[in-house]
Amino acid sequence: MTEHDDLALRATGLGKRYRRGWALQDCDLALPRGTVAALVGPNGAGKSTLLHLATGLLRPTTGHVEVLGRPMPRAGIDPKLAFLAQDKPLYRGFTVEGMLRAGAALNTSWDAGYAAQLVDRGHLPRAAKVATLSGGQRSRLALALALALARRPELLLLDEPLADLDPLVRREVMAELMGAVAETGMTVLLSSHVLTDLDDTCDHLVILARGRVQLAGDIDTLLAGHRVLTGPAHQAIGHIPSEVIVGIETTTRQATVLINDPALLPGPDWISQPATVDDLVLAHLRTAAEQDAGDRAVLGQSA
Amino acid sequence: MIQFRVDRSSGTPTYVQLIQQVKQALHMGLIGVGDQLPTAKDVVAATAINPNTVLKAYRELEREGLVEPRPGAGTFIRRSLAHPDAGIDAPLGVELAAWARRAADAGLGREDAEALAKAVIDRTF
Repeated sequence: MTEHDDLALRATGLGKRYRRGWALQDCDLALPRGTVAALVGPNGAGKSTLLHLATGLLRPTTGHVEVLGRPMPRAGIDPKLAFLAQDKPLYRGFTVEGMLRAGAALNTSWDAGYAAQLVDRGHLPRAAKVATLSGGQRSRLALALALALARRPELLLLDEPLADLDPLVRREVMAELMGAVAETGMTVLLSSHVLTDLDDTCDHLVILARGRVQLAGDIDTLLAGHRVLTGPAHQAIGHIPSEVIVGIETTTRQATVLINDPALLPGPDWISQPATVDDLVLAHLRTAAEQDAGDRAVLGQSA
Repeated sequence: MIQFRVDRSSGTPTYVQLIQQVKQALHMGLIGVGDQLPTAKDVVAATAINPNTVLKAYRELEREGLVEPRPGAGTFIRRSLAHPDAGIDAPLGVELAAWARRAADAGLGREDAEALAKAVIDRTF
Protein backbone atom coordinates (compact mmCIF):
# COMPACT_ATOMS: atom_id res chain seq x y z
CA MET A 1 0.00 0.00 0.00
CA THR A 2 1.22 3.51 -0.75
CA GLU A 3 0.06 7.09 -0.28
CA HIS A 4 -1.57 6.95 -3.73
CA ASP A 5 -4.05 4.23 -2.87
CA ASP A 6 -6.96 6.29 -4.24
CA LEU A 7 -5.41 6.27 -7.70
CA ALA A 8 -6.05 3.47 -10.18
CA LEU A 9 -3.15 4.52 -12.37
CA ARG A 10 -0.27 6.85 -11.74
CA ALA A 11 2.53 7.62 -14.17
CA THR A 12 5.52 9.72 -13.18
CA GLY A 13 8.01 11.06 -15.73
CA LEU A 14 7.10 8.13 -17.92
CA GLY A 15 8.93 7.79 -21.22
CA LYS A 16 9.61 5.14 -23.85
CA ARG A 17 12.24 5.36 -26.57
CA TYR A 18 12.33 2.95 -29.47
CA ARG A 19 15.13 2.83 -32.02
CA ARG A 20 13.17 5.26 -34.24
CA GLY A 21 12.85 7.79 -31.41
CA TRP A 22 10.70 8.70 -28.41
CA ALA A 23 7.17 7.26 -28.53
CA LEU A 24 6.25 8.80 -25.18
CA GLN A 25 7.99 11.49 -23.13
CA ASP A 26 7.65 13.16 -19.71
CA CYS A 27 4.25 11.63 -19.13
CA ASP A 28 2.68 12.48 -15.75
CA LEU A 29 -0.79 11.09 -15.22
CA ALA A 30 -3.03 10.43 -12.22
CA LEU A 31 -6.28 8.54 -12.74
CA PRO A 32 -8.55 8.43 -9.66
CA ARG A 33 -10.29 5.12 -8.95
CA GLY A 34 -13.72 4.76 -10.51
CA THR A 35 -13.13 7.12 -13.41
CA VAL A 36 -13.80 6.28 -17.04
CA ALA A 37 -11.05 8.00 -18.97
CA ALA A 38 -10.70 8.60 -22.70
CA LEU A 39 -7.20 8.61 -24.12
CA VAL A 40 -7.41 10.52 -27.38
CA GLY A 41 -4.86 11.55 -29.95
CA PRO A 42 -3.88 11.02 -33.57
CA ASN A 43 -2.30 7.79 -34.80
CA GLY A 44 1.28 7.57 -33.61
CA ALA A 45 0.66 9.88 -30.64
CA GLY A 46 1.81 7.25 -28.14
CA LYS A 47 -1.58 5.92 -27.00
CA SER A 48 -0.76 2.24 -27.44
CA THR A 49 2.69 2.73 -25.92
CA LEU A 50 1.16 4.34 -22.82
CA LEU A 51 -1.36 1.49 -22.45
CA HIS A 52 1.31 -1.17 -22.87
CA LEU A 53 3.52 0.58 -20.29
CA ALA A 54 0.54 0.64 -17.91
CA THR A 55 0.17 -3.13 -18.18
CA GLY A 56 3.82 -3.62 -17.26
CA LEU A 57 4.33 -5.77 -20.36
CA LEU A 58 6.47 -2.99 -21.83
CA ARG A 59 9.30 -1.60 -19.72
CA PRO A 60 9.71 2.19 -19.57
CA THR A 61 12.90 3.95 -20.64
CA THR A 62 12.34 6.65 -18.00
CA GLY A 63 9.99 7.10 -15.04
CA HIS A 64 7.61 4.56 -13.56
CA VAL A 65 3.97 3.44 -13.32
CA GLU A 66 1.90 2.47 -10.31
CA VAL A 67 -1.27 0.43 -10.78
CA LEU A 68 -3.98 0.39 -8.06
CA GLY A 69 -1.58 2.02 -5.60
CA ARG A 70 1.17 -0.56 -5.91
CA PRO A 71 4.30 -0.81 -8.02
CA MET A 72 4.42 -3.11 -11.03
CA PRO A 73 4.86 -6.80 -10.28
CA ARG A 74 8.29 -8.11 -11.31
CA ALA A 75 6.74 -10.60 -13.71
CA GLY A 76 3.37 -10.81 -15.42
CA ILE A 77 0.63 -8.25 -14.95
CA ASP A 78 -1.25 -7.05 -11.89
CA PRO A 79 -3.98 -9.62 -11.05
CA LYS A 80 -6.66 -6.90 -10.90
CA LEU A 81 -5.73 -5.35 -14.25
CA ALA A 82 -7.16 -6.41 -17.59
CA PHE A 83 -5.99 -5.25 -21.00
CA LEU A 84 -7.68 -5.63 -24.35
CA ALA A 85 -5.26 -5.01 -27.20
CA GLN A 86 -6.29 -3.39 -30.46
CA ASP A 87 -5.98 -6.61 -32.51
CA LYS A 88 -8.64 -8.42 -30.48
CA PRO A 89 -7.10 -11.63 -29.14
CA LEU A 90 -9.57 -14.10 -30.62
CA TYR A 91 -8.86 -17.29 -32.52
CA ARG A 92 -10.86 -17.14 -35.74
CA GLY A 93 -11.26 -20.93 -35.97
CA PHE A 94 -12.61 -21.25 -32.40
CA THR A 95 -16.29 -21.17 -31.57
CA VAL A 96 -17.63 -18.79 -28.91
CA GLU A 97 -17.96 -21.78 -26.58
CA GLY A 98 -14.38 -22.81 -27.45
CA MET A 99 -13.06 -19.34 -26.58
CA LEU A 100 -14.81 -19.52 -23.19
CA ARG A 101 -13.30 -22.95 -22.51
CA ALA A 102 -9.86 -21.76 -23.60
CA GLY A 103 -10.20 -18.77 -21.28
CA ALA A 104 -11.07 -21.04 -18.38
CA ALA A 105 -8.23 -23.45 -19.13
CA LEU A 106 -5.54 -20.80 -19.65
CA ASN A 107 -6.30 -18.49 -16.74
CA THR A 108 -6.19 -19.23 -13.04
CA SER A 109 -8.35 -16.22 -12.15
CA TRP A 110 -11.13 -16.93 -14.68
CA ASP A 111 -14.72 -16.00 -13.73
CA ALA A 112 -16.67 -18.52 -15.84
CA GLY A 113 -20.11 -17.48 -14.57
CA TYR A 114 -19.50 -13.81 -15.39
CA ALA A 115 -18.11 -14.67 -18.85
CA ALA A 116 -21.17 -16.79 -19.65
CA GLN A 117 -23.48 -14.04 -18.40
CA LEU A 118 -21.82 -11.40 -20.60
CA VAL A 119 -21.86 -13.68 -23.65
CA ASP A 120 -25.56 -14.46 -23.20
CA ARG A 121 -26.43 -10.82 -22.56
CA GLY A 122 -24.76 -9.94 -25.87
CA HIS A 123 -26.80 -12.65 -27.65
CA LEU A 124 -23.62 -14.28 -28.95
CA PRO A 125 -24.35 -17.69 -30.49
CA ARG A 126 -22.26 -20.21 -28.53
CA ALA A 127 -21.74 -22.58 -31.48
CA ALA A 128 -20.72 -19.88 -34.01
CA LYS A 129 -17.10 -19.64 -35.09
CA VAL A 130 -15.30 -16.37 -34.31
CA ALA A 131 -14.60 -15.88 -38.04
CA THR A 132 -18.35 -15.74 -38.76
CA LEU A 133 -19.16 -13.16 -36.06
CA SER A 134 -19.82 -9.51 -36.96
CA GLY A 135 -17.38 -6.81 -35.83
CA GLY A 136 -19.71 -5.84 -33.01
CA GLN A 137 -20.14 -9.43 -31.81
CA ARG A 138 -16.37 -9.89 -31.87
CA SER A 139 -15.91 -6.73 -29.78
CA ARG A 140 -18.45 -7.94 -27.23
CA LEU A 141 -16.82 -11.36 -27.02
CA ALA A 142 -13.36 -9.82 -26.58
CA LEU A 143 -14.73 -7.47 -23.90
CA ALA A 144 -16.42 -10.38 -22.11
CA LEU A 145 -13.14 -12.33 -22.12
CA ALA A 146 -11.17 -9.31 -20.83
CA LEU A 147 -13.68 -8.73 -18.01
CA ALA A 148 -13.78 -12.38 -16.98
CA LEU A 149 -10.02 -12.72 -17.25
CA ALA A 150 -9.05 -10.79 -14.14
CA ARG A 151 -12.15 -12.01 -12.28
CA ARG A 152 -13.82 -8.60 -12.57
CA PRO A 153 -10.84 -6.27 -12.97
CA GLU A 154 -10.38 -3.07 -10.97
CA LEU A 155 -8.56 -1.42 -13.87
CA LEU A 156 -9.52 -2.14 -17.46
CA LEU A 157 -7.34 -0.87 -20.30
CA LEU A 158 -8.86 -0.90 -23.79
CA ASP A 159 -6.89 -0.05 -26.92
CA GLU A 160 -9.26 1.32 -29.59
CA PRO A 161 -12.26 -0.79 -28.55
CA LEU A 162 -14.56 1.18 -30.86
CA ALA A 163 -12.51 1.23 -34.05
CA ASP A 164 -14.22 -0.39 -37.08
CA LEU A 165 -17.65 -0.43 -35.41
CA ASP A 166 -20.72 1.24 -36.86
CA PRO A 167 -22.43 3.87 -34.65
CA LEU A 168 -25.21 1.57 -33.41
CA VAL A 169 -22.85 -1.23 -32.38
CA ARG A 170 -20.46 1.33 -30.86
CA ARG A 171 -23.29 2.47 -28.62
CA GLU A 172 -24.17 -1.14 -27.70
CA VAL A 173 -20.58 -1.97 -26.78
CA MET A 174 -20.29 1.22 -24.73
CA ALA A 175 -23.60 0.43 -22.99
CA GLU A 176 -22.21 -3.01 -22.11
CA LEU A 177 -19.04 -1.42 -20.79
CA MET A 178 -20.92 1.23 -18.78
CA GLY A 179 -23.12 -1.53 -17.32
CA ALA A 180 -19.98 -3.30 -16.11
CA VAL A 181 -18.70 -0.02 -14.61
CA ALA A 182 -22.03 0.48 -12.79
CA GLU A 183 -21.85 -3.09 -11.44
CA THR A 184 -18.23 -3.16 -10.34
CA GLY A 185 -17.06 0.46 -9.94
CA MET A 186 -13.94 -0.38 -11.92
CA THR A 187 -11.67 2.21 -13.54
CA VAL A 188 -11.48 2.27 -17.32
CA LEU A 189 -8.88 3.85 -19.59
CA LEU A 190 -9.80 3.52 -23.24
CA SER A 191 -7.98 4.90 -26.23
CA SER A 192 -9.85 6.15 -29.25
CA HIS A 193 -9.45 8.35 -32.25
CA VAL A 194 -13.23 8.51 -32.64
CA LEU A 195 -14.60 11.40 -30.60
CA THR A 196 -18.30 10.61 -30.91
CA ASP A 197 -19.95 9.01 -27.87
CA LEU A 198 -17.02 9.83 -25.60
CA ASP A 199 -18.79 12.84 -24.04
CA ASP A 200 -21.42 10.74 -22.33
CA THR A 201 -19.32 7.74 -21.48
CA CYS A 202 -16.08 9.24 -20.19
CA ASP A 203 -15.61 11.55 -17.21
CA HIS A 204 -11.88 12.01 -17.69
CA LEU A 205 -9.97 13.13 -20.73
CA VAL A 206 -6.32 12.61 -21.61
CA ILE A 207 -5.15 14.26 -24.82
CA LEU A 208 -1.94 12.82 -26.19
CA ALA A 209 -0.02 14.23 -29.15
CA ARG A 210 3.58 14.03 -30.28
CA GLY A 211 4.34 11.58 -27.47
CA ARG A 212 3.32 14.06 -24.76
CA VAL A 213 0.26 14.65 -22.60
CA GLN A 214 -1.28 17.91 -23.88
CA LEU A 215 -4.19 18.09 -21.45
CA ALA A 216 -5.58 15.77 -18.76
CA GLY A 217 -8.31 16.02 -16.16
CA ASP A 218 -11.95 15.72 -15.17
CA ILE A 219 -14.04 16.61 -18.25
CA ASP A 220 -16.59 18.82 -16.44
CA THR A 221 -13.77 20.74 -14.74
CA LEU A 222 -11.89 21.13 -18.03
CA LEU A 223 -15.03 22.34 -19.83
CA ALA A 224 -15.82 24.82 -17.04
CA GLY A 225 -12.30 26.23 -17.41
CA HIS A 226 -12.60 26.95 -21.14
CA ARG A 227 -14.80 29.14 -23.37
CA VAL A 228 -15.16 29.55 -27.10
CA LEU A 229 -15.10 33.18 -28.25
CA THR A 230 -16.39 34.32 -31.62
CA GLY A 231 -15.73 37.82 -32.91
CA PRO A 232 -14.15 40.06 -35.55
CA ALA A 233 -10.89 38.61 -36.90
CA HIS A 234 -8.99 41.93 -36.81
CA GLN A 235 -9.54 42.17 -33.04
CA ALA A 236 -8.35 38.65 -32.22
CA ILE A 237 -4.69 39.56 -31.93
CA GLY A 238 -4.20 42.20 -29.31
CA HIS A 239 -7.62 41.99 -27.66
CA ILE A 240 -7.06 38.49 -26.29
CA PRO A 241 -3.90 37.86 -24.25
CA SER A 242 -1.89 35.21 -26.09
CA GLU A 243 -1.28 33.21 -22.89
CA VAL A 244 -4.98 32.29 -22.54
CA ILE A 245 -5.38 31.23 -26.19
CA VAL A 246 -5.50 27.46 -26.58
CA GLY A 247 -6.55 27.39 -30.23
CA ILE A 248 -7.53 29.93 -32.84
CA GLU A 249 -9.20 29.67 -36.23
CA THR A 250 -9.76 32.66 -38.46
CA THR A 251 -11.50 33.44 -41.71
CA THR A 252 -11.03 36.87 -43.32
CA ARG A 253 -13.73 38.35 -41.09
CA GLN A 254 -14.34 36.09 -38.13
CA ALA A 255 -12.16 34.49 -35.49
CA THR A 256 -13.11 31.52 -33.30
CA VAL A 257 -10.84 31.29 -30.28
CA LEU A 258 -10.68 28.64 -27.55
CA ILE A 259 -9.46 30.26 -24.33
CA ASN A 260 -8.68 28.86 -20.87
CA ASP A 261 -9.89 31.92 -18.96
CA PRO A 262 -13.68 31.49 -18.61
CA ALA A 263 -14.23 35.07 -17.35
CA LEU A 264 -12.58 36.87 -20.26
CA LEU A 265 -14.71 38.79 -22.77
CA PRO A 266 -12.56 41.00 -25.01
CA GLY A 267 -15.26 43.45 -26.07
CA PRO A 268 -18.88 44.08 -27.03
CA ASP A 269 -18.42 42.53 -30.48
CA TRP A 270 -17.54 39.14 -29.01
CA ILE A 271 -19.76 36.19 -28.10
CA SER A 272 -18.62 33.74 -25.43
CA GLN A 273 -19.98 30.18 -25.53
CA PRO A 274 -19.35 27.00 -23.54
CA ALA A 275 -16.62 24.74 -24.90
CA THR A 276 -17.28 21.13 -25.90
CA VAL A 277 -15.00 18.10 -25.63
CA ASP A 278 -14.58 18.31 -29.42
CA ASP A 279 -13.40 21.93 -29.12
CA LEU A 280 -10.76 20.97 -26.53
CA VAL A 281 -9.47 17.95 -28.42
CA LEU A 282 -9.39 19.58 -31.85
CA ALA A 283 -7.66 22.74 -30.60
CA HIS A 284 -4.94 20.77 -28.82
CA LEU A 285 -4.38 18.38 -31.70
CA ARG A 286 -4.27 21.24 -34.22
CA THR A 287 -1.74 23.13 -32.11
CA ALA A 288 0.39 19.99 -31.76
CA ALA A 289 0.22 19.41 -35.53
CA GLU A 290 1.33 23.01 -36.16
CA GLN A 291 4.27 22.56 -33.79
CA ASP A 292 5.13 19.38 -35.70
CA ALA A 293 5.05 21.27 -39.01
CA GLY A 294 7.11 24.05 -37.40
CA ASP A 295 9.75 21.55 -36.27
CA ARG A 296 9.95 20.10 -39.76
CA ALA A 297 10.32 23.59 -41.27
CA VAL A 298 13.18 24.37 -38.87
CA LEU A 299 14.83 21.06 -39.73
CA GLY A 300 14.39 21.88 -43.43
CA GLN A 301 16.09 25.28 -43.02
CA SER A 302 19.04 23.91 -41.11
CA ALA A 303 19.59 21.09 -43.64
CA MET B 1 -40.25 6.16 -11.49
CA ILE B 2 -38.97 8.70 -13.97
CA GLN B 3 -37.06 7.91 -17.12
CA PHE B 4 -34.16 10.10 -18.18
CA ARG B 5 -33.55 11.33 -21.70
CA VAL B 6 -30.12 12.55 -22.73
CA ASP B 7 -29.87 15.10 -25.52
CA ARG B 8 -26.37 14.68 -26.88
CA SER B 9 -26.45 17.78 -29.04
CA SER B 10 -27.79 20.24 -26.47
CA GLY B 11 -24.41 21.48 -25.22
CA THR B 12 -25.70 21.12 -21.63
CA PRO B 13 -23.53 18.74 -19.57
CA THR B 14 -25.24 15.38 -19.14
CA TYR B 15 -25.30 15.52 -15.33
CA VAL B 16 -26.97 18.95 -15.51
CA GLN B 17 -29.61 17.51 -17.85
CA LEU B 18 -30.36 14.76 -15.31
CA ILE B 19 -30.66 17.32 -12.48
CA GLN B 20 -32.99 19.48 -14.59
CA GLN B 21 -35.19 16.48 -15.44
CA VAL B 22 -35.54 15.45 -11.78
CA LYS B 23 -36.40 19.03 -10.81
CA GLN B 24 -38.89 19.35 -13.65
CA ALA B 25 -40.57 16.10 -12.61
CA LEU B 26 -40.72 17.45 -9.03
CA HIS B 27 -42.20 20.76 -10.20
CA MET B 28 -44.81 18.95 -12.23
CA GLY B 29 -45.63 16.64 -9.34
CA LEU B 30 -44.76 13.56 -11.43
CA ILE B 31 -42.61 12.34 -8.54
CA GLY B 32 -42.92 13.22 -4.88
CA VAL B 33 -41.51 12.65 -1.40
CA GLY B 34 -40.53 9.02 -0.80
CA ASP B 35 -40.34 8.10 -4.48
CA GLN B 36 -37.20 6.34 -5.63
CA LEU B 37 -34.95 7.57 -8.43
CA PRO B 38 -33.71 4.94 -10.90
CA THR B 39 -30.44 3.31 -9.87
CA ALA B 40 -27.28 4.24 -11.75
CA LYS B 41 -27.35 0.76 -13.28
CA ASP B 42 -30.90 1.25 -14.59
CA VAL B 43 -30.04 4.64 -16.08
CA VAL B 44 -26.92 3.22 -17.71
CA ALA B 45 -28.88 0.34 -19.22
CA ALA B 46 -31.38 2.78 -20.72
CA THR B 47 -29.07 5.56 -21.89
CA ALA B 48 -25.52 4.10 -22.19
CA ILE B 49 -24.11 7.05 -20.24
CA ASN B 50 -21.36 6.82 -17.64
CA PRO B 51 -22.70 5.71 -14.22
CA ASN B 52 -20.43 8.28 -12.56
CA THR B 53 -22.43 10.98 -14.35
CA VAL B 54 -25.63 9.68 -12.74
CA LEU B 55 -23.98 9.56 -9.31
CA LYS B 56 -22.66 13.09 -9.80
CA ALA B 57 -26.18 14.35 -10.58
CA TYR B 58 -27.60 12.54 -7.52
CA ARG B 59 -24.84 13.97 -5.28
CA GLU B 60 -25.73 17.46 -6.46
CA LEU B 61 -29.45 16.85 -5.79
CA GLU B 62 -28.50 15.54 -2.34
CA ARG B 63 -26.43 18.68 -1.70
CA GLU B 64 -29.51 20.74 -2.51
CA GLY B 65 -31.51 18.68 -0.02
CA LEU B 66 -33.88 17.28 -2.64
CA VAL B 67 -32.93 13.61 -2.37
CA GLU B 68 -31.34 11.28 0.15
CA PRO B 69 -29.37 8.12 -0.45
CA ARG B 70 -30.39 5.12 1.65
CA PRO B 71 -27.50 2.69 1.76
CA GLY B 72 -28.35 -0.57 0.03
CA ALA B 73 -31.78 0.68 -1.05
CA GLY B 74 -31.25 3.54 -3.49
CA THR B 75 -31.82 7.27 -3.79
CA PHE B 76 -35.15 8.71 -2.63
CA ILE B 77 -36.93 12.05 -2.94
CA ARG B 78 -36.79 14.04 0.30
CA ARG B 79 -38.48 17.28 -0.64
CA SER B 80 -41.01 18.18 -3.28
CA LEU B 81 -40.83 21.23 -5.52
CA ALA B 82 -44.41 20.96 -6.68
CA HIS B 83 -46.53 24.05 -6.12
CA PRO B 84 -50.10 22.96 -5.27
CA ASP B 85 -51.44 25.24 -8.00
CA ALA B 86 -48.91 24.14 -10.64
CA GLY B 87 -50.43 20.79 -11.58
CA ILE B 88 -51.74 20.33 -15.10
CA ASP B 89 -55.19 19.49 -13.63
CA ALA B 90 -55.27 22.46 -11.24
CA PRO B 91 -57.49 25.47 -12.24
CA LEU B 92 -54.52 27.36 -13.75
CA GLY B 93 -53.56 24.34 -15.81
CA VAL B 94 -57.14 23.91 -17.06
CA GLU B 95 -57.31 27.59 -18.05
CA LEU B 96 -54.01 27.29 -19.87
CA ALA B 97 -55.25 24.20 -21.71
CA ALA B 98 -58.28 26.17 -22.87
CA TRP B 99 -55.98 28.99 -24.02
CA ALA B 100 -53.78 26.52 -25.94
CA ARG B 101 -56.92 25.12 -27.61
CA ARG B 102 -58.00 28.62 -28.70
CA ALA B 103 -54.46 29.33 -30.00
CA ALA B 104 -54.57 26.15 -32.08
CA ASP B 105 -58.06 27.02 -33.36
CA ALA B 106 -56.77 30.48 -34.32
CA GLY B 107 -54.17 28.80 -36.53
CA LEU B 108 -51.08 29.29 -34.35
CA GLY B 109 -48.44 26.59 -34.66
CA ARG B 110 -46.70 25.04 -31.64
CA GLU B 111 -43.72 27.40 -31.99
CA ASP B 112 -45.98 30.47 -32.30
CA ALA B 113 -47.87 29.46 -29.17
CA GLU B 114 -44.69 28.72 -27.20
CA ALA B 115 -43.09 32.01 -28.27
CA LEU B 116 -46.22 33.95 -27.31
CA ALA B 117 -46.54 32.21 -23.94
CA LYS B 118 -42.87 32.79 -23.22
CA ALA B 119 -43.09 36.48 -24.17
CA VAL B 120 -46.06 36.96 -21.84
CA ILE B 121 -44.33 35.08 -19.02
CA ASP B 122 -41.14 37.08 -19.53
CA ARG B 123 -43.12 40.32 -19.26
CA THR B 124 -44.95 39.17 -16.13
CA PHE B 125 -42.11 37.75 -14.05
